[in-house]
Amino acid sequence: MSDLSQTDPFSGERPKLSPFHPRLEVLNVRDTWSVWNGYKFADCYYDAEYEYFCIRNTCGTYDICPMQKYEISGPDAEAMVNRMVTRDVRKLGRNRVAYTVWCTDEGRIIDDGTVFKLASDRFMVVCGSSCVAWLRKASYGFSNVTVKDVSDELAALSLQGPTSCAVLKKMGLQGIENAKPFNIQHFPYHGDTLMVSRTGFTGELGYELWVKRDLALTMWDDVYAAGEDYGIQPYGETATDMARLEAGFIMPYVDFTEALKTVHFEHDQTPYELNLGWLVDLDKPHFSGKQALMEEKKNGPKWRLLRLEIDGNWPAYESNVYDSESCNQDIGYVTSAMWSPAVKSNIALAMVRSEFLDGEIWAEIYKSKDLRPYRRMSKCTIRKKPFWTAARARSTPPADF
Amino acid sequence: MSRYDAIVIGAGHNGLTNAAYLAKAGLNVVVVEKNEYIGGAAVTRELHEGWHYSNCSYVCSMMRQALHRDLDLGRHGLILVPYLGTVNFGNGNDRLIAYHDADAWSNELKRHSTHDADAMHRLEADLTRYSQLIRKTLLRTPPEPTSMRPRDIREFLYLAQQFWKLGEREIYEYIRFFTMSAADFLDDYFENDLVKAAMASPGIIGTALGVYSPGSAYILLHHVMGDVDGSIGAWGLARGGMGAISKALASACQEYGGEIRTNAGVQKIVVNGGKTTGVVLENGDELSARIVVSNLDARRTFTNIMEKDDLPDGIYEKAKNFKIRGSSGKVNIALSGIPTFTHLPENRYINRGGQTFSGSMETMERAYDCWKHGRWSGDPFIESVIPSAWDPTVAPPGKHWMSNFIQYCPPELADGPWTPEKRDAFGQTVVDKIERYSPGFKDLIVHMEVRTPHDIENEIGLTEGNIFQGELTIDQLFFNRPFPGYGQYRMPVKNLYMCGSSTHPGGGVSSACGANAAREILIDLKRPNTVPEDDFYDE
Repeated sequence: MSDLSQTDPFSGERPKLSPFHPRLEVLNVRDTWSVWNGYKFADCYYDAEYEYFCIRNTCGTYDICPMQKYEISGPDAEAMVNRMVTRDVRKLGRNRVAYTVWCTDEGRIIDDGTVFKLASDRFMVVCGSSCVAWLRKASYGFSNVTVKDVSDELAALSLQGPTSCAVLKKMGLQGIENAKPFNIQHFPYHGDTLMVSRTGFTGELGYELWVKRDLALTMWDDVYAAGEDYGIQPYGETATDMARLEAGFIMPYVDFTEALKTVHFEHDQTPYELNLGWLVDLDKPHFSGKQALMEEKKNGPKWRLLRLEIDGNWPAYESNVYDSESCNQDIGYVTSAMWSPAVKSNIALAMVRSEFLDGEIWAEIYKSKDLRPYRRMSKCTIRKKPFWTAARARSTPPADF
Repeated sequence: MSRYDAIVIGAGHNGLTNAAYLAKAGLNVVVVEKNEYIGGAAVTRELHEGWHYSNCSYVCSMMRQALHRDLDLGRHGLILVPYLGTVNFGNGNDRLIAYHDADAWSNELKRHSTHDADAMHRLEADLTRYSQLIRKTLLRTPPEPTSMRPRDIREFLYLAQQFWKLGEREIYEYIRFFTMSAADFLDDYFENDLVKAAMASPGIIGTALGVYSPGSAYILLHHVMGDVDGSIGAWGLARGGMGAISKALASACQEYGGEIRTNAGVQKIVVNGGKTTGVVLENGDELSARIVVSNLDARRTFTNIMEKDDLPDGIYEKAKNFKIRGSSGKVNIALSGIPTFTHLPENRYINRGGQTFSGSMETMERAYDCWKHGRWSGDPFIESVIPSAWDPTVAPPGKHWMSNFIQYCPPELADGPWTPEKRDAFGQTVVDKIERYSPGFKDLIVHMEVRTPHDIENEIGLTEGNIFQGELTIDQLFFNRPFPGYGQYRMPVKNLYMCGSSTHPGGGVSSACGANAAREILIDLKRPNTVPEDDFYDE
């Protein structure tokens, strides 16, 4: 037993602390904490809206240490990953990252995540939820593959925003401006390596920084020293959720449920239902769920995740959606909703039954005024594209702001 | 001679908004602008390499969200970023920090007066209620009180209904509110002088009234009724400076097919047979059009670029007597580093927010006394913000610029005309005052732009440098703006309209005047309306 457990009878119950915690603790002026994957995690540090605007206007950092990271290596690594995920990772170049999903045999999504190809025989899979048991299953039949959970060995920090590239340049990462979206670069760093991927979850120009856990605070201090004149600010879950929704990204346990944890029949989702058909490569050899997904592609998905722009300014939190103002037929439900400060619009993601896609869509919205609830039916318009995009997120080399 | 459906005079934000909506409706529109740059008072200019000043207006909260969304200004590059908190500097070492967080703000008020901390909740609720009513009028054309037209009657009924919902007592409160002074209004709530001074300062900004002058309570409301993404009273900065707003509006206007001509000052609005038929530019070019829309203030429109004989009797006099008094100056300062202020914690958020050098209620009233005597205030009220602390695009990394808005500064001095020397002396007064609170401030100065009301009038054409295009007093508000009988954007000469802040709902970067005018024009031209009327009223 450690010293702490002798003095703190609740040590077994307290959340784990991120390697960045000594810095986060000081910066979390509002003391707003929740828990993610067992780690103490900030909802916001100073003000959620301000932090959101740092992502859109200057730059911010987001602690992604609680993300699950798995190193998959060995001669069979590529074949194993390729059998698990829906995209063809054989097409993935070295030092490239791919966003993908992995499914059950029924074609239901287990999780989404990113695959980093670090060498021809070495990959890193990063995802939101612990995935050890599924990875073990996915490696059945492959004798030359090793799966290692490196979640607690690596510290990772997301740096997002228009000034993020300028900050990394100031930090001395030479050539970082040449990294294209989804590229990986490696830099010698205090006797070890700093890995930087041009990835993120905000729709902005942004990077994710990966180092050995021991170097976490050193890296934090270097990033913040460089970012001082570029408006750097830590941001929490609330700001992340705002930025990702504007960019049209989906959130686990908000917009979809993980198949292996879903209780009710088909209350989980398929890639086609979530508009992630572009991640499914039906031309590649067998992978988990291929048969079911081929079938689904032929028949069309039963539900569709829609991007909606909703009349008025009442966010459609947890709204049901209908085919008419008079609520004739319940056709689906809103999964995420917000007032978008960048677009000045009332936006939402909603799951709607496919047979109703061509008709009208109305959201039933409740809002309280001085504690008294008011109800309103608001008309919804389907948007094909993300609500908000920034050209700088795609340009290489990116501008300094 | 070029022929247009509509000519809009002045590429300020309201002119651009108006033109964008006319172009959206399919009209062939040209905006003519006397300066080589667009934006009027919503402008960003690089006067010193690397530093981009919002030369005139500097913060934004009135921009109507319905217009922002409808014109898709986000896609045209506009992003409005709210800034956090303001430090109110009292005389001596007293500081009142308006923290962004409600509980922190309340604790800070308690440090000054527990009574006032409680009273602040009541004030905020009252101001929100007042704002919600006024906001409902912003994107609507004021009804004519003497008109029997169904539309005017309907509008009056709508307003009566909105009023009625508030309860009987509120009706008395509103009438009081429109006529009383900021000081009297705040005496009802607060006991602490610095709290009062901090809350009263929006009551004098841009107006030639003092905190004790009747009418200043409404000015206070006018400044807090805006919002950023729903938080009423919040203020934001446009990324890229205020010129980013004009740029986005211009881009929307051009995308709809509108044309913008710079270096094209109007010498004269042409009137033939009682109808406006076009304009003559300063270079002698003539442009003809079905309608002409002036985004200039009422005085300038009717007394500078129109012939007295072209106007119906009495209009020239009304325009001459239109109350448009300059009262404020602007000092933009490029700095080599971020200034630090005495008696403030090293809090990176509040040190980078806004600063209000109000002193006390008496300091502000004494400052107004100077204006009455034709002098600039020796101990002026200054409202400052450091946009570069929020916006990475307006100064080099690690460098900053500070926007300082100063009351009071008269358009004409008692001791003779403004000269460059007097202008510099005015600027020095401002710098000296800031230095008192921020020792070493002067050493940070890299470049400075000093603008007196006289300069503002000469450069961007606001008469007397009045930022609202006319005082926001009840005699010049709503259906009385700019003159009684002309509150619906149609001017005394046929086919002539106004779309600037001299019309309802008045000053501020709201785009509402321009949009409302466009709606009326489209009615007259029998075109389908392209202007949103719903501004998310149901709050």
